[in-house]
Amino acid sequence: MAPSYENLPMEDDEFDENQVDFTDLEEQYQVRLDEGLDAFVVVDGLPVVPEDSKPKLVKFILRKLNSVGKVKDDGVHMPVGDSGKTEGYAFVEYTAPSEAVAAAKQLNLTALDKKHTMLVNKLTDIDRYGREGRVEEEYTPPTVPPFEQTEHLRSWLGDSEGRDQLVMFRAEKVGVFWNNKEDAPDPVVDRENWTESFVQWSPQGTFLTSIHAQGVQLWGGKQWTRQKRFAHPGVNLVDFSPSEKYFTTWSHRPLQVDENNPVPSLSLEEDGKNYIIWDLATGKPIRSFATLDVPTTMDIDGTPIKKKMQWPTFKWSADDKYVARLTQGQSISIYELPSMKLLDKSTVKIEGVMDFEWAPATPKRDGIKTYEQLFCYWTPELGSNPAKVGLMSIPSKEIVRTRNLFNVSDAKLHWQSEAAYVCVKVDRHSKSKKSLATNLEIFRVKEKGVPVEVVDSIKDTVINFAWEPKGNRFVLITTGEIPAAGAAVPPKTAVSFFAPEKLKGGAVGNFRHIRTADKKNSNAIYWSPKGRFVVIATLQSQQSFDLDFWDLSFEKPKDEAEKGDKELNANLQHMSTAEHYGVTDIEWDPSGRYVTTVASAFRHRMENGYHIYDFKGTLLREEGIEHFKQLIWRPRPPTLLSKEEQAEIRKNLRNYSKVFDEQDLAKKNTANKAVIEARQRLLAEWLEWRENMRMMLEEEGAVIELNGGKVLQDVDDEAEEVEEIVEEIIEESEEVIG
Amino acid sequence: MRPILLSGHERALTQVKYNPDGDIIFSVSKDHVVCAWYSHNGERLGTYHGHQGALWTVDVDPTSTLLATGGADNTMRLWEVKTGKLLKTWDFPTSIKRVEFSADGTLLLGVTEKRSGHLGTIVVYEINPDPEAKQSDEHVLRIVCEDSKPTVAGFSYCAYYIIAGHEDGSVSQYDAKSGELLFNREVHEADMQITDLQWAPDRTYFITASKDKTAKIVTTDALEVMKEFVTDTPLNSAAITPVKDFVILGGGQDAMSVTTTGARQGKFEARFWHKIFQEEVGRVRGHFGPLNYVAVHPQGTGYCSGGEDGYVRVHHFDKPYFDFLYEVEREHAQANL
Repeated sequence: MAPSYENLPMEDDEFDENQVDFTDLEEQYQVRLDEGLDAFVVVDGLPVVPEDSKPKLVKFILRKLNSVGKVKDDGVHMPVGDSGKTEGYAFVEYTAPSEAVAAAKQLNLTALDKKHTMLVNKLTDIDRYGREGRVEEEYTPPTVPPFEQTEHLRSWLGDSEGRDQLVMFRAEKVGVFWNNKEDAPDPVVDRENWTESFVQWSPQGTFLTSIHAQGVQLWGGKQWTRQKRFAHPGVNLVDFSPSEKYFTTWSHRPLQVDENNPVPSLSLEEDGKNYIIWDLATGKPIRSFATLDVPTTMDIDGTPIKKKMQWPTFKWSADDKYVARLTQGQSISIYELPSMKLLDKSTVKIEGVMDFEWAPATPKRDGIKTYEQLFCYWTPELGSNPAKVGLMSIPSKEIVRTRNLFNVSDAKLHWQSEAAYVCVKVDRHSKSKKSLATNLEIFRVKEKGVPVEVVDSIKDTVINFAWEPKGNRFVLITTGEIPAAGAAVPPKTAVSFFAPEKLKGGAVGNFRHIRTADKKNSNAIYWSPKGRFVVIATLQSQQSFDLDFWDLSFEKPKDEAEKGDKELNANLQHMSTAEHYGVTDIEWDPSGRYVTTVASAFRHRMENGYHIYDFKGTLLREEGIEHFKQLIWRPRPPTLLSKEEQAEIRKNLRNYSKVFDEQDLAKKNTANKAVIEARQRLLAEWLEWRENMRMMLEEEGAVIELNGGKVLQDVDDEAEEVEEIVEEIIEESEEVIG
Repeated sequence: MRPILLSGHERALTQVKYNPDGDIIFSVSKDHVVCAWYSHNGERLGTYHGHQGALWTVDVDPTSTLLATGGADNTMRLWEVKTGKLLKTWDFPTSIKRVEFSADGTLLLGVTEKRSGHLGTIVVYEINPDPEAKQSDEHVLRIVCEDSKPTVAGFSYCAYYIIAGHEDGSVSQYDAKSGELLFNREVHEADMQITDLQWAPDRTYFITASKDKTAKIVTTDALEVMKEFVTDTPLNSAAITPVKDFVILGGGQDAMSVTTTGARQGKFEARFWHKIFQEEVGRVRGHFGPLNYVAVHPQGTGYCSGGEDGYVRVHHFDKPYFDFLYEVEREHAQANL
């Protein structure tokens, strides 16, 4: 029988609570009582003064201490030692714990004079971290982890075949591949859920950026390990400085950082901010900013015009030395790096400023020896003052050149990649404000006095403009109609090519129109990164998906060369036209050998996938992949070869290409051989299997099956062949002769 | 050669079939009518009237004497090809999705739909090849599929097995005498319906088409997948060509979603793949709705396709079609000379 409740032994009576050792539990579950000490701080590092000077010192430090909160009356307790002097520290009580927190944060390490630096800590912290036993008596040197060789971040550049890498984001998978021309790209790494929204390369290709709800991660090296992590909850966009030293993260949601929501490496300073500028090497934020409130402008009907956010908001100078943000209509704030302090502690006030653009390369102007960066900006007409375009030199803040413009409705700034020219595309309205026309104001930045050349032969509205990278030619697209947003029928456009005249001595002459291709729908211009070749495409259209490949330095066979060709620094040739249904993005590879076009699932769900073309528009490969989102070429850093070395290579190009041709041929042959062998094997296997089946059927006596499903009908009565001759009288006529 | 457009139907085609001689094409459509056509010129030979609902399926016996049809009026009917006379009507509780004769024409199977408390079944009848004879009312075999309903079925060589394709993408092999399930294999992606099953001429292997955008060649004995053809569109039909080692695949975006997309994105093309090398060799455009069925001439001289657009397109192959050979095939052919 099991013991009933009554029968249970009552030994508990003799139980002595004191015998149990609770210390471990107490330690574990000790509740930190609110001791009312949270409002106290300990101030250390004070000068040691005789007792009679104490009030003076208290008064002095109170001035500092009251700057962050209110110290309680008689809240300063400064003990006096046996020697009749103060001990160099004081206990201070604030009116609220939050003030104590602020004091510890802001006043710690404040210099009082040359010899004394004030240390401010919360009393509870001193108790928590400094109590006896918490700090070991004996100094143990921190263990320095042995040096670990990290992976080379640019190893991909050493590919023996000189191939380029690309990243593809399809469905939930992100993979990095070697481009293999017409063959399937060679996978380097392929991971599920590598990113939560999109991927992005750093500008020199060192890192692959993945975007997550918690922040941004950078990946690189041969093994594609995580290189850095940056916590920015809710991050939407990322922008790197040109040399990958810094980068900006942005979230539309202001950051929330406080004691309840700690975010690694972010402090209270970042609370309420939208932008963080990070130092990439240390992984620490340098400075953070909130989104500026843009005054909403009203259109004629009084409805506010929705403004698109400008991205990047913080624009970097070419050498990572400065970063600047525009406050539209008022000023440009230029910050110096690495301190991220305002240049000369003040913003650059430019009344009415609408937009600005840094020179994409450090300009070397004629006759200017000192260091400078340039940016170009424009202001609209203000009252009776004309609209202006200006070039400003930094750090001197000197205006290098300005130009007045009239009847301006909008302007766009286009720098040439080497900062040799900046073209200001000015949309001008007639006096009645009914028709629009476009002028191009081209500043020749590198020439003495920065002369401005005006191209005003364009009657229509220019909807797109692009300089040839490292060159001096440009392409623009014009349209007669003003494109209505969301119109079903894409507007008819015309594509015009411009080049400078050839002058004696190789100088660059005036820009002249070469040719216009009209009756197009094109709206996008993609220059090869090496110049010369350009792809003109139609994007964001429902009907037209044309890609036109042009060559601007076509070498005609000698006998066909015309006389007039000499005048212009160009020889335009349309190479080919291709079509990619539903194309949304186009990109050249960094070497200018290939062009990829992508139909991305970010924009629509029809025939997602990619095409690879070579520079002359031959389709090398097409692949349709469901939920295909991104294909981005891995950028390359600038070449390390000097100009002379590059020229040397160009001179011997034939010898080099021979080697590569041989490699290609060998590769192709082995590939072909493999394909043929595979086919031979397949065919042999199939035939063998068929023969087995045939023998099996014969054994089974399956006559009909062996005859291909046709029943052999017994031809018992001899087949009767009936020949029928049908004579048809088409016409009958009688003629009487005689 | 230009295709011949057979525009005798008023609604979507559901199945088209050549007779074993290849001179006649039978077509059934949702418009309740069975049509017979001369394959060489597209002239209509006649129609078979009687069905009261959309027709899903048609098959002709090996001697071109008897024609079996099945449809949404829950009947399976037997006709005399020559006269158009209705010989026999079998009634069922649900519609008939597929009929097929055995290779010798003595057995006929029908696949019944699963609906309103009735499971999908495969029924088999013995057929007297004489059109004058009385056909039996009683089935000789009834297979009830409890797991997943059958969508397509057919007799293997010598009518040893019945092979059925299911809604869940699997293929089953049944003993054609006892009706016992011998085994079931997941051939296509799970829950991707098998839309078609067509035999090789000798019925030792067959091709299945599925909504999972692939077609597969499977052996009759072991249900082993030998070849796989991956496309970019849901497939409704797949056929094996005699003479040349090709397969023809037909499909396209579902009829439901077609209205929102252009013909270009519908992918309404017949696709030719090399059967052995599993490479696409060509496409034929023309339909402006999904292809519901493709059938190949038994002598391999042409093919026809029935579309959701209500047309049958009859194609005769040109000389280049027969001349086309892979280098490997050419070498092999020369070695055998």
